[in-house]
Amino acid sequence: MAHATTAHDDHGHPTGWKRYVYSTNHKDIGTMYLWFAILSGVIGGILSVVMRMELQEPGIQYFTGLASMVYGTPADAAIDAGKHMYNVFVTGHGLLMIFFMVMPAMIGGFGNWFVPLMIGAPDMAFPRMNNISFWLLPPALGLLLISMFVEGPAGAYGVGGGWTIYPPLSTTGQPGPAMDFAILALHIAGASSILGAINFITTIFNMRAPGMTLHKMPLFVWSVLVTVFLLLLSLPVLAGGITMLLTDRNFGTSFFVPSAGGDPVLFQHLFWFFGHPEVYILILPGFGIISQIVATFSKKPVFGYLGMAYAMVAIGVVGFIVWAHHMYTVGLDADTQAYFVAATMIIAVPTGVKIFSWIATMWGGSIDFRAPMIWAMGFIFLFTVGGVTGVVLANAGVDRSLHDTYYVVAHFHYVLSLGAVFAIFAGWYYWFPKMFGYTYSEGIAKLHFWVTFIGVNMVFFPQHFLGLAGMPRRYIDYPEVFAGWNQISSYGSYLSALGVLIFLYGVFHAFARKQQAADNPWGAGATTLEWTLSSPPPFHQFSTLPVIR
Amino acid sequence: MTFRTMSTVFLGLLAGFAGIPAAHAIEGYAKPWQMGLQPAASPSMEGIHWFHNGLLLPIITVIALFVLALLIIVIVKFNSKANPVPSRTTHNTFIEVLWTVVPILILVVIAIPSFRLLYLQRDIPASDMTIKAIGNPGWNWTYEYPDLGTSDDGSAKVSFTASLDDKARDMETARQADIPYLLKTDNPVVVPVGKVVKMIVTSDPDGIIHAWTIPQFGMKIDAIPGRLNQDWFKAEREGVFYGQCSELCGKDHAFMPIEVHVVSQDKFDTWAKTAQTAGLDEAYKYLASAEAADGQLAQQ
Repeated sequence: MAHATTAHDDHGHPTGWKRYVYSTNHKDIGTMYLWFAILSGVIGGILSVVMRMELQEPGIQYFTGLASMVYGTPADAAIDAGKHMYNVFVTGHGLLMIFFMVMPAMIGGFGNWFVPLMIGAPDMAFPRMNNISFWLLPPALGLLLISMFVEGPAGAYGVGGGWTIYPPLSTTGQPGPAMDFAILALHIAGASSILGAINFITTIFNMRAPGMTLHKMPLFVWSVLVTVFLLLLSLPVLAGGITMLLTDRNFGTSFFVPSAGGDPVLFQHLFWFFGHPEVYILILPGFGIISQIVATFSKKPVFGYLGMAYAMVAIGVVGFIVWAHHMYTVGLDADTQAYFVAATMIIAVPTGVKIFSWIATMWGGSIDFRAPMIWAMGFIFLFTVGGVTGVVLANAGVDRSLHDTYYVVAHFHYVLSLGAVFAIFAGWYYWFPKMFGYTYSEGIAKLHFWVTFIGVNMVFFPQHFLGLAGMPRRYIDYPEVFAGWNQISSYGSYLSALGVLIFLYGVFHAFARKQQAADNPWGAGATTLEWTLSSPPPFHQFSTLPVIR
Repeated sequence: MTFRTMSTVFLGLLAGFAGIPAAHAIEGYAKPWQMGLQPAASPSMEGIHWFHNGLLLPIITVIALFVLALLIIVIVKFNSKANPVPSRTTHNTFIEVLWTVVPILILVVIAIPSFRLLYLQRDIPASDMTIKAIGNPGWNWTYEYPDLGTSDDGSAKVSFTASLDDKARDMETARQADIPYLLKTDNPVVVPVGKVVKMIVTSDPDGIIHAWTIPQFGMKIDAIPGRLNQDWFKAEREGVFYGQCSELCGKDHAFMPIEVHVVSQDKFDTWAKTAQTAGLDEAYKYLASAEAADGQLAQQ
């Protein structure tokens, strides 16, 4: 890209379906990622609401009927099919939200849109690879959705192994092709992410505008840089693990078969060596988004910029050496567990630095409480709550009680459903005028926030109590003593679903209203390069590279 | 009015509004609207109680409220009306060192009792008896008592499989029989009180992973095909204790409970003797009558 100063305007960009299917434009691809994430999020959300409907009361209310309706299972077998179907919903919800909602929204959507804009680059380093990164995802989603309708265990449909797909439940436990479909979905989604990661690393290292040193990069770009390194290093391990699963299932190998020299726990190590970095992959871009928003609306530069950047690097590095804290009950000896306790708790330190730096950024600021800022403040508090329960769970001694209970469900939804998702919505409202050129309705955005904030807290706060009281996770039915908090939790889920409808209406409203947004609607606090461009930015930007002082 | 009665009243109101039928507490498990850990019945769970309720929960509550307080101060003092001109401060070495060092100190304070608890749990003491638990593909548990004699082929003479009791599969039936829904098993595990019981936990070689737990014993250990996992508990009071499979294992994951009866050494010995000589049915008949007699004594 040494000749990036050459004008690109003369290309004449494609229109109609070719503009998207053949797209090599980072902004169009970013937009496609965002719509894709919304679609997956709606499907994953519907699954979760049906699960909460089932859990609203003890006993099995819906899934028996659902199984005979969807799969045509005869009435006598429908109870068992329904029980399995619940696990399919658990699995589908997890995989959809992780691989097809949060990752595409944060990295594919906001990353594609704003990494080139923020570093003053005309596009991504490998625009055609960018195209294939996106277009691998719809077939991956298709395979995952198909997996829900083909045979899993004998006589039942879909993958019911949880997103962690531990063997032998994912091998001999469900011999049908559903699991193979899901594995291939993960392979393709993983390939998409690895290609995207290579693209981002190359772009960030080689295409920064003159003067944009690493230590001047906006924190969102830093967060994406750390995230894509995690992707590049962790996804191949998952790919290896699930390939071994695939060959165990279909080609007679025995990596995870104990009677033939294999070990089911080996898969858990491989999975979590990927899985723990993965959860930071989901939240780190959110850290970047929140930093941009907090600085913008406080009208102050980020407090402790270098500390913020290197805190993310530290979280990324340490994130690779804590995986077995997901496995405290597999029978690891005391010394191994002690190491993972210590390593895990260390992560609280850079995370604390980030929380306090955001507050210090606001401190002394002149804050405008526009919708993105409200979402960001919601993020900071809820992420703190999810973070401190993480410190509790880090202690193997206490995890003995809490492992595989609803406390874990509450914890990771506080950092993901209330953390990552709040960051996505904050970023959505923050950049909506820039991306689409229209203003959104501040009133609808704030209503969306409050309904979601109350809703998700109602869903997940009581789940801490359920977990402490001992209710195991991934249960379709439970003893009556757990009925009370489950009912509150389910009501919260319906309220959160209303929040999603308000969000969708807000999007529709903004596009129907077509109120032109200013190039920089946020004022003096918005200092990154995207606000120097028009809203929406031109099809190709920075024909003349900006120079950063 | 104590906090406890206030919260009971509040929760009662909540239940009233939500129209939730009153369930009653399950001895040896949880109670309705339970917000904290189940009661402790073993040294491990006592340690968890002390560590979680006495140290972790206060610390994380204070931290969360501290962050909330800072956010509220920021909202009140530094909104654009109250503070039209933003400061340009972006560094303060002292405070940055402070918010790095103080969390480290807090973590050290947490880590010391954390390790003590971990080693209490995982350094398995000399045991008084051993029970082997095997998770089965049919979503139930097989228990073996190797201390009560083995046959020539090495299998334990006292051995049985415990499934979810048929009456506990349906909520109405369970209520009528006054047994806990989804928790009661047909063949409970019986152990003596105050004795260190070593659990050898595994899964059927052709099966899948389960996890054996009794929350009030503060233990949970995975049952993995091809592996013999060890864990231990010392039940410190008599009673019936329940647990539920804690590793996703397929369609009946929610329907493979664990039930342990902790009885006096005398009763255990009689139960074991009866099981060895007259068979398990007789042993459980004895157990039921002995426990019923205890219950009558307690009522008087």
